[in-house]
Amino acid sequence: MPQSAEHVLDHVELFRGPEYQQMLAKKKIFENPRDPAEVERIKEWTKTAEYREKNFAREALAVNPAKACQPLGAVFASVGFERTLPFVHGSQGCVAYYRSHLSRHFKEPSSCVSSSMTEDAAVFGGLNNMTDGLANSYKMYKPKMIAVSTTCMAEVIGDDLNAFIKTSKEKGSVPADFDVPFAHTPAFVGSHVTGYDNALKGILEHFWDGKAGTAPKLERKPNGAINIIGGFDGYTVGNLREIKRILELMGIQHTVLADNSEVFDTPTDGEFRMYDGGTTLKDAANAIHAKATISMQQWCTEKTLSFAAEHGQDVLSFNYPVGLSATDDFIVALSRISGKEIPEQLARERGRLVDAIADSSAHVHGKKFAIYGDPDLCYGLAAFLLELGAEPTHVLSTNGNKAWQEKMQALLASSPFGQGCQVYPGRDLWHMRSLLFTEPVDFLIGNTYGKYLERDTATPLIRIGFPIFDRHHHHRSPIWGYQGGLNVLVKILDKIFDEIDNKTNILGKTDYSFDIIR
Amino acid sequence: MSLATTNSVAEIRARNKELIEEVLKVYPEKTAKRRAKHLNVHQAGKSDCGVKSNIKSIPGVMTIRGCAYAGSKGVVWGPIKDMVHISHGPVGCGQYSWGSRRNYYVGTTGIDSFVTLQFTSDFQEKDIVFGGDKKLDKILDEIQELFPLNNGITIQSECPVGLIGDDIEAVSRAKSKEYGGKTIVPVRCEGFRGVSQSLGHHIANDAVRDWIFGHIEAEGKPKFEPTPYDVAIIGDYNIGGDAWSSRILLEEMGLRVIAQWSGDGSLAELEATPKAKLNILHCYRSMNYISRHMEEKFGIPWCEYNFFGPSKIADSLRRIAGYFDDEIKEGAERVIEKYQPLVDAVIAKYRPRLEGKTVMLYVGGLRPRHVIGAYEDLGMDVIGTGYEFGHNDDYQRTAQHYVKDSTLIYDDVNGYEFERFVEKLQPDLVGSGIKEKYVFQKMSVPFRQMHSWDYSGPYHGYDGFAIFARDMDMAVNSPIWKRTKAPWKEAPSAKLQAAE
Repeated sequence: MPQSAEHVLDHVELFRGPEYQQMLAKKKIFENPRDPAEVERIKEWTKTAEYREKNFAREALAVNPAKACQPLGAVFASVGFERTLPFVHGSQGCVAYYRSHLSRHFKEPSSCVSSSMTEDAAVFGGLNNMTDGLANSYKMYKPKMIAVSTTCMAEVIGDDLNAFIKTSKEKGSVPADFDVPFAHTPAFVGSHVTGYDNALKGILEHFWDGKAGTAPKLERKPNGAINIIGGFDGYTVGNLREIKRILELMGIQHTVLADNSEVFDTPTDGEFRMYDGGTTLKDAANAIHAKATISMQQWCTEKTLSFAAEHGQDVLSFNYPVGLSATDDFIVALSRISGKEIPEQLARERGRLVDAIADSSAHVHGKKFAIYGDPDLCYGLAAFLLELGAEPTHVLSTNGNKAWQEKMQALLASSPFGQGCQVYPGRDLWHMRSLLFTEPVDFLIGNTYGKYLERDTATPLIRIGFPIFDRHHHHRSPIWGYQGGLNVLVKILDKIFDEIDNKTNILGKTDYSFDIIR
Repeated sequence: MSLATTNSVAEIRARNKELIEEVLKVYPEKTAKRRAKHLNVHQAGKSDCGVKSNIKSIPGVMTIRGCAYAGSKGVVWGPIKDMVHISHGPVGCGQYSWGSRRNYYVGTTGIDSFVTLQFTSDFQEKDIVFGGDKKLDKILDEIQELFPLNNGITIQSECPVGLIGDDIEAVSRAKSKEYGGKTIVPVRCEGFRGVSQSLGHHIANDAVRDWIFGHIEAEGKPKFEPTPYDVAIIGDYNIGGDAWSSRILLEEMGLRVIAQWSGDGSLAELEATPKAKLNILHCYRSMNYISRHMEEKFGIPWCEYNFFGPSKIADSLRRIAGYFDDEIKEGAERVIEKYQPLVDAVIAKYRPRLEGKTVMLYVGGLRPRHVIGAYEDLGMDVIGTGYEFGHNDDYQRTAQHYVKDSTLIYDDVNGYEFERFVEKLQPDLVGSGIKEKYVFQKMSVPFRQMHSWDYSGPYHGYDGFAIFARDMDMAVNSPIWKRTKAPWKEAPSAKLQAAE
């Protein structure tokens, strides 16, 4: 018997002993298993160029896509406002999924409600669900704002949020002047980054453009402030805090829009804070007067930035700035737009990042990397690798489009280290599997699901992205700013050194290289 | 010692009733009336728990429930390892349910096993406008080409499929014919159907009936010689290896397990199940339908069992053995005896650390009742429980066999109610899901996920009980719960002392 009270074995070890192994071997006869030789043959075949060609010829099937659907991004953006309850109109299972997904990544509560539409709503529309739902949410959870988005069910049947919210207010679900911004977020268009954009634009439109016809439109009186938008970001906690620190160092008047850095990082002290932090509704409204709106992620904010530009603001977007040059560009832009000087403190932080790169770049230089993730994240990481002298080789974004591809290609063309790199918009992780077999690289950068690629292709995975379910707390540290760049560098170096150690640790065989100093 | 155990049964009953009244005050009148039917205090001797169940969730309340797709793809079909399960519709559903349920299996993933792959038709706007059938047709071809060792395919419908009038049954039939009778199963588990995951279980069971059992030839032979001791494990999803730590006991008592439904299961096992002499049913809620069907159609008896905690395991082994001859009955006694030293050692180690601690549960299919015995084996006291998607027959079983007098019962509880109940009752442990975990930990209440075993497990069987005991101890007795208040802040409140 393998189990004992003194040394309790769980799933990691329990099944490895002879009792369970014999049991599992005996189970095989009931499974009608494939011939092991055939399994081996197909396994090897999936590694070939021939398989890759068939794999890339896929037109309909997606296997292991690296993207989620719009409402997830809408929920993520909505909780970044003061006491705001995201309300997703449609089937209720979706909301259970978004909440679970966000909680698994952040290891934090994730509050969101559904209008719980079922068959009858599919036939008659979901107006009653909206009316009852708003009334219940308002009374139970005492929000300051309810931000409505939609699941694909409500979109397919064509529910009209604007009309439904208006009717619900007339029926007294919430007070007439209670803020209920909305955004249509069909899951069959775009991805979670699109949903982020739609929801944020919906909220700004609500405050700036007369609250769906119930208030006068705000008149813009330009001031010197800058709005910052983080975009959909698994590192939102660390990153937004770092950006705010930089803005404060520079003395720039600012508003971070959709600031969810507090709600996804509340303390454990005996109190559950369903709402915490967030952009105040007053600040959201006053953001119209800002001189400029800066987006840290272009493809998360295309509509939102156009909207800000239409209101007369200067707009500027980055592509998930990571590392030295991208942070330089960001800091210089902040200084240019605000007219503020860049403080010596930031120059020192920059110098420290340069110092660290100079100390360590020999270990990164020339290493080949595959990267996948959201379009902006891929761009930012590729740019950083180029300046480390590393060679991005495959860059894949399931939710990247043609414009993204072109921009990526221009970036790669600008560096001698980017010459051997291919860009793959709209592809998935099963495509990546073929790439890693046919054109191997030294390291893979991606989210938790990359561990399947690491297992299959033996490409070491550096976990950067969303979601990260199987490592804890990394979202609390920034990867933006010079300090964030240092964190990314350390993540990459740690994996590189671990790999060298793993390859050199066999006693008496390879351990001549098992160096104590690297 | 928590507040909850310091009173008499009558006092607890009165307090729980009062608590329910207090919670209902938050609602608009109409909602309060509806929710009142789902909350109650169990009265000893009653045949059920006195709550309504399996009724639509109320909009806007933050129900914890999921949908029919989650019940079919996520629970019943997803673990069948040698079939490809397509999440048919937009990308999200498959993405959020990808690999998160911990249905363990042995196989070469991507080659002959597919559980932890995310296959989706990733619907775009044009698929909604023009329909998804042509795309589905092509997807099936692409699966055949790229994953040639798959033994079958299921199509798990997401919401839009049923709204746009796609005929996935016709596509399935045509493609099955094209591929020489290949098993292709269309499942109408659109998320808007029914009130919870529960209808998805039922729809998935019916799909097995119609598209697996309906297609095996009457003369179809299992590829093994039947014995009088062949049983099938029904309703065990092998979370963290649960079905394995169950199977080993059944085989040690002399039975032969010919199929696992559905954790680490295969199409061949589903097809062979009509040859079983007895179906043993763990998750009654999700698989009673197919068990009843096999009883009617193939004359296979079924019996429920419970492999959580030594008391219930011993009862169950004896109950299962009761369907067989003396050899098996002796086998059951032999197994119970064999594991008794392990049970004694686990209880000797952990019971003193857990004795008298109170627990509140809120889980899915069988666990709101099934795990109560395991807690009691450790001296713990379940003071509140409820089902996410239970029906009245679940509450009957709970009332008749599991809960104590005056236990607080909450059906389809929502975020608000659950927080208030826990805040007032201050249990020493809450067992629920990922959406609840961090809420209660913030409140300094120890917590274990009772869907995923909090990434531990198995919890079934004797081997699993040792892990269960270890895990409950590490949650309840983690030193961190005594350090959640900053020392310079006010003295700990009564609720914090309770949590200690």
